[in-house]
Amino acid sequence: MLSAVWLIPALPLAGFLILLFWGRKLGEPGAGWLATSMVAGSFLAGLVTFAGLLGQDEHHRQFVFTLFEWLPSGGLSVDMGLLVDPLSITMVLFVTGVGSLIHLYSIGYMHGDPRFHTFFLYLNLFAFSMLMLVLGDNLLVTFLGWEGVGACSYFLVSFWFERRSAAVAGKKAFVTNRVGDLGFMVAMFLTFASLGTLSYAGEGGVLENVASLSGTTALAIALLLFVGAAGKSAQLPLYVWLPDAMEGPTPVSALIHAATMVTAGVYLMVRMNPLLDVAHGALTVIAVVGAATALFAATCAVAQRDIKRVLAYSTVSQLGYMFLAVGVGAYVAAIFHMITHAFFKALLFLGAGSVIHGMHDEQDMRRMGALRKLMPVTAATFIVGWLAIAGVPPFSGFWSKDEILAAAWDSSPVLWAVGVVTALLTAYYMSRQVFLVFYGEARWSEAARGRSAEGALTTPDHEPAAAGHAPSTPHESPGLMTGPLVVLAVLAAVGGVLNLPGVFTLEHFLEPVFEDRLHELSIGTGIQLTLAAVTAVGAAMGILVARAIYLRGAAPAERFEPELLRRAWRYDEALAGFFGGPARAFANFTSRVLDGRAIDGAVNGVAGLVRASGSRLRVVQTGYVRNYALGLAAGAVALLGFFLLRTGLV
Amino acid sequence: MEDLPLLSALVVAPAAGAGTVALMPRDRPNATRTVAVLTTLVVAVLSVLVLVAFDTTDAGFQFTERYPWIDDFGIAWYLGVDGISLFLVVLTGLLFPIAVIGVRPHHDPKAYLAWLLLLEAGCLGVFVALDLFVFFVMFEIVLVPMYFLIGGWGYGERVYAALKFFLFTMLGSAFMLVGILAVAFLHERATGVLTFDLVVLAEAQGAIAATTARWLFLAFAIAFAVKVPVFPLHTWLPDAHTQAPTAGSVILAGVMLKLGTYGFLRFGLYLFPEAAAYFAPALVTLGVVGIIYGAVVAAMQRDLKRLVAYSSVAHLGFIVLGTFAFTTPALSGGVMQMVNHGISTGALFLLVGMISDRRHTREISKLNGLQKAAPLLAGVFTVVMLSSIGLPGLNNFVGEFLVLIGSFPTRRWWTVVATVGVILAAVYLLWAYQRVFHGVPDDENASTPDMTRRELAVMAPLLAAMVFLGVYPKPVLDRIEPAVDRLIAHVEDSSGFSQPQIVAEGRSE
Repeated sequence: MLSAVWLIPALPLAGFLILLFWGRKLGEPGAGWLATSMVAGSFLAGLVTFAGLLGQDEHHRQFVFTLFEWLPSGGLSVDMGLLVDPLSITMVLFVTGVGSLIHLYSIGYMHGDPRFHTFFLYLNLFAFSMLMLVLGDNLLVTFLGWEGVGACSYFLVSFWFERRSAAVAGKKAFVTNRVGDLGFMVAMFLTFASLGTLSYAGEGGVLENVASLSGTTALAIALLLFVGAAGKSAQLPLYVWLPDAMEGPTPVSALIHAATMVTAGVYLMVRMNPLLDVAHGALTVIAVVGAATALFAATCAVAQRDIKRVLAYSTVSQLGYMFLAVGVGAYVAAIFHMITHAFFKALLFLGAGSVIHGMHDEQDMRRMGALRKLMPVTAATFIVGWLAIAGVPPFSGFWSKDEILAAAWDSSPVLWAVGVVTALLTAYYMSRQVFLVFYGEARWSEAARGRSAEGALTTPDHEPAAAGHAPSTPHESPGLMTGPLVVLAVLAAVGGVLNLPGVFTLEHFLEPVFEDRLHELSIGTGIQLTLAAVTAVGAAMGILVARAIYLRGAAPAERFEPELLRRAWRYDEALAGFFGGPARAFANFTSRVLDGRAIDGAVNGVAGLVRASGSRLRVVQTGYVRNYALGLAAGAVALLGFFLLRTGLV
Repeated sequence: MEDLPLLSALVVAPAAGAGTVALMPRDRPNATRTVAVLTTLVVAVLSVLVLVAFDTTDAGFQFTERYPWIDDFGIAWYLGVDGISLFLVVLTGLLFPIAVIGVRPHHDPKAYLAWLLLLEAGCLGVFVALDLFVFFVMFEIVLVPMYFLIGGWGYGERVYAALKFFLFTMLGSAFMLVGILAVAFLHERATGVLTFDLVVLAEAQGAIAATTARWLFLAFAIAFAVKVPVFPLHTWLPDAHTQAPTAGSVILAGVMLKLGTYGFLRFGLYLFPEAAAYFAPALVTLGVVGIIYGAVVAAMQRDLKRLVAYSSVAHLGFIVLGTFAFTTPALSGGVMQMVNHGISTGALFLLVGMISDRRHTREISKLNGLQKAAPLLAGVFTVVMLSSIGLPGLNNFVGEFLVLIGSFPTRRWWTVVATVGVILAAVYLLWAYQRVFHGVPDDENASTPDMTRRELAVMAPLLAAMVFLGVYPKPVLDRIEPAVDRLIAHVEDSSGFSQPQIVAEGRSE
C-alpha cells in the first residue's frame, strides 16, 4: 500500500499534462472537473498510503520510494525520491484535502473566465509541486517543489495580467521569494560540503548525522534555511510580497497564500528539527522572528479596508505563531496550528471570495454591511471561521493556539505575552471584519447610488471589473461554492479533535519524527488552565471592543484605523524607495557609465588612439581597420620576440 | 562504425554544403534552401550517430582520426571527441537546422546560407580538433562567416558591431597564435620532436618550464576570455548580438561563445594544468564579477535583445566559475551549462526574433500586453524564461546547481556571491516579461499575430530538451563525468591542487 505514494504527485501532474495539451478542448467546466478529480484522487492515494503507514510498527514508519537518480555527479548523488513518514503524510492529507475543496470551489468562482482551463492547469501544477515539496526525500527535491510552487504562485497572482497591479504583485512575490531561496541554496551547499549528502532519512542522511556538525556550521545551515523559510512563509523582513499577492483570484489566495504554500517554511523547519536541536541559538532566532511577525502583522490587519488584505495580514500573523511554536520546540503544535489554520483560513478566504463574487467584485469593506441576510450560508460559515481564528473555545483555533501559547510561556513569558496580545488583536480585527461585512447597515446601496451618480470614472482603481456596470443587489453564491464552505466550516469547528488527548492524537502519530526533541511542558495543569483562560478572556475582550466600535458606534472608527498601520508601518514603502532609488541608481550607473563609457569607452578609445597616432605619424593614412590590425601584428611580434628571448630560444 | 570517418564527415559535410550552395545559381532560392536544410539535417544525424556510438565508460578521446597534413611541421588532421566535447558537437549539430529552418533571411538567401554552413563546419571543427594547428585554423575560420552574417544581414549598426566583433576576436587570436607556436617549438627544444598534437603536448608536462607555461597560458586565456566573453572583455558581445540577424544571434550565443569556455577546458586546463591552477583565483573572480555585472547591466537595458545578450555574460560567468573550481560536480556542471545555455539562450533569441519580426521594434517600452495578443508566444516565452532563470525541473538549474555546489568546497565565498546572480536573473527577466507581455496591449500591439505552427515546431525540440535535461540529466552527466575526472586528475598531477573529498560521515575540513 505504501508504494501507492507515487500516485500522490503523479495524478496532479497527469492533470497538468492533460490540461496543457487538451485544456482548451475540455473547456468549461470539464477542465475544472478534471483538475478537481486529480487532486481528489491524490487525496485518496494519500489515505491509502496513510493506512499503509499505520499498518507499520510505530518506530518503523518511514519509507523511501526512489523513482530514479536525478543528479549524479562526483560525490553528489541526488535521487528523485519520495519520503513517506508521519510528517509528510500529514502534510499530504491536509494539502490534498483542502486543495480538493478549493479546486471544487474554483469551478464556481472562475465561471465565465476566458482563461478558465489555464487557471486549472496552474492549480494542478501547483498541487504537484506542493506535493513534491512535502514528499521529497532530500533537500533538493524539496527545493524543486519549493521553486515550483513559487512559479505557480507567480502565474496565479498575475493571472489577471491585464491589471498592472496584478502583474507587479506576481513579479514581486517571485523575486522576494528568490531572496529567501538564496539562503536555501547556500544551506544546501554547506550541508553537502559538510555531510556529503542532501538526503533526509537513512543512516547516511542529514537528519541522522547532524550531531557530527560543528556548532557554527549547524547554526549557519539552520539560519540559512530559516532565511528561505522566512521568504516562503512571509516572515519579517521578507513578508512584503504576501499582502500584494492578494491580487490573484481568491481561490488562489485561499489555497496558496493561506493554506498550503506559505506553510512550506514551517514544514521545512519542522522537517529539519534534528538540526535545530544541535544548532544552538537557532531556535531563539526563529521564536523571536515568529513572535515579532505575529504581532507586527496583527497591528497592520486592524486598519485594512480591503476584505482580502485583512486576511492576508492575518495569515502573516498566524504563520508567525507557527514559527513561534517551532522556536519553542513545540513542533507538533506548529503542525497542529498549520492544519487548523488551513481549515479556518481557507474557509475565511473562500467566504471572502463568495462575498466579492456576490458583491460583483467589490472588495472594500466600507461598502459592505448587513450581508448576512442576503448571503446566509456564506455568513454562517464565515462566522464559524471567525470564531475559530479568534480562539473561541471549542472551535479549532482555540486548541492549537492554546498549545503554542502554553509552550511559549514555558520558554519565556515575554514570548507568551506577545502571543496573547496578538491573540487579542486577532480577535479584534476579525470581529471588525465580520461586523463590517455581515452586520450593521447596508452601505453598499448608498455606495452604488453615489457611484452611479458620479459615473464610472470615480471608481477606485483596484476594482476594475466593477467599473463597467453599477452593482445590483448582492446575492448568495452557487452551491459549488457554498458546498466547500460548509465542509470547511465543519472542519474549522471540530478540527481541534485532531489533537485531543484520548482520541487519535496528532502528537502521538508524529512523535517518531521528533523522538526526544519535543519540548515537554514543565508547567502543571493548573497553570495551563489559567493560561488558557487568560487567552480566552483576551479573545473575548477583542471581540467586545470591536463590537463597541464597529457595531455600537461607541467611537468613530477612523480613530482606530491609523494611516500608519494601514500602510503597514511604511516598511514596504521604504523598501520600494530603496530599490527604486539608490539601488536603481547604482544599476543605472553600472550600466550607463561603467559599462557604456568606462569599459566600452576604453575599447573605443584605444582604437581611436591608434588611429590618431597612426595618422600623426603618417605610417598609414587610410583609417581604422588597418591601423588597428597593424598595431595588433606589431604587438604579436613583440610578444613572440619576448617569449623567444625569455626562454633563451634565440 | 569504427571505420567510418565520422568526425571528418561532420566537418566536411557542412563545408561541402556551403560550397554547393555558393556554386548554385542565384535565381533558385528554394533549391539552395533545400540543399542547406538537407545539409544541416545530415550533419544533425551524424552528430546523433556520434552520441549513440559514444562509449560511456571511456574517459579518453574516441572516434579518433589522424591523417598527416604538413609533416615537416608535425601538423596532422587529428580529430577526436571525449565527454567534454561530445555534447557540444551534438548541440551544434541540432541547433543549426533549427536556426536554418526557423529563420528566413530578408535578402540574398544564397550567400546567407553558404556563410551559415561554413560557420557550422568551423564550429564543429573547433570542437573535434586535437591538433593545435587545426584548432587554430578552425577557430579563425569561424570569424569570417560571422563577420559577414552580422555585417550583411544585421540591423542598424551592423557594420560597427561586425568590426568590433572581428577586431576583439582577432586581438585574442594573435596572442593565441604566439602561444601555439611557442608551445610547439619549446616542446621541440626539450624533446626533439616538433608536433602540434594536443595529447602529446599535454602529456609531456615538464617539457616547458612552469613560469613559461604560465605566460603561455595567459596568451591562450586572452583569446578564450574574449570569446566567452569574460568581464571586462565583453563589450563586443552586446553590440554583436543586438545587431546580428536572429540566426546569427542564436548561433553566436548557442555555439560560438562555447568556443571560449571549451577552449579553456581543452587547451587551458589540459595543456597548462599548473598554470590553470595558478591563475584559477583570478579567473574565478572574473567569472563571478561577470555573473553579477552582467545581471545588473541586463536589468537596465531598454532593448530586449541587448538584455538577453547581457544575460549571456552572466550565464557564462557560471561556466567560468565551474571550470576553475576543479571539482567533479563543478566541472561537469560547467560542461552541461554550455549545452544548457545554448538551448535556452538560443531559444530566447529565436523568440525575440519572432517579436521583432512582428513588431519591428525591440524597445521594451514600445511592447506591451503581448500575452493577450499572442498567448502561445507568451507561454513558450514563459517556459524559456523560467529555464533561463534556473527553475528546478528545467535544464539550466541542473548546470548552475552543480557548478555552485561543486564550487562551494573550494571557493566558498565566491560561490555565495555567484548565488546572488540567481536572484538577479529573476529580476531582469521577470521585469522584461511584465513590461512586454503583461498589461493591456495598446493599438499597435493588439494585432500582433500569435506563433505559427512552423514556429512552434521549431521551438518544440528546444522545449523538449529543456524539460528532459532538467528532469533526467543522468545520461548526459554519465558521459561527461569520466572525461572531467580525467582532466581534474591531470590538473592534480601537475599542481599542488587536490579535489576535496567529501565523505558522508564527519566533516571534510
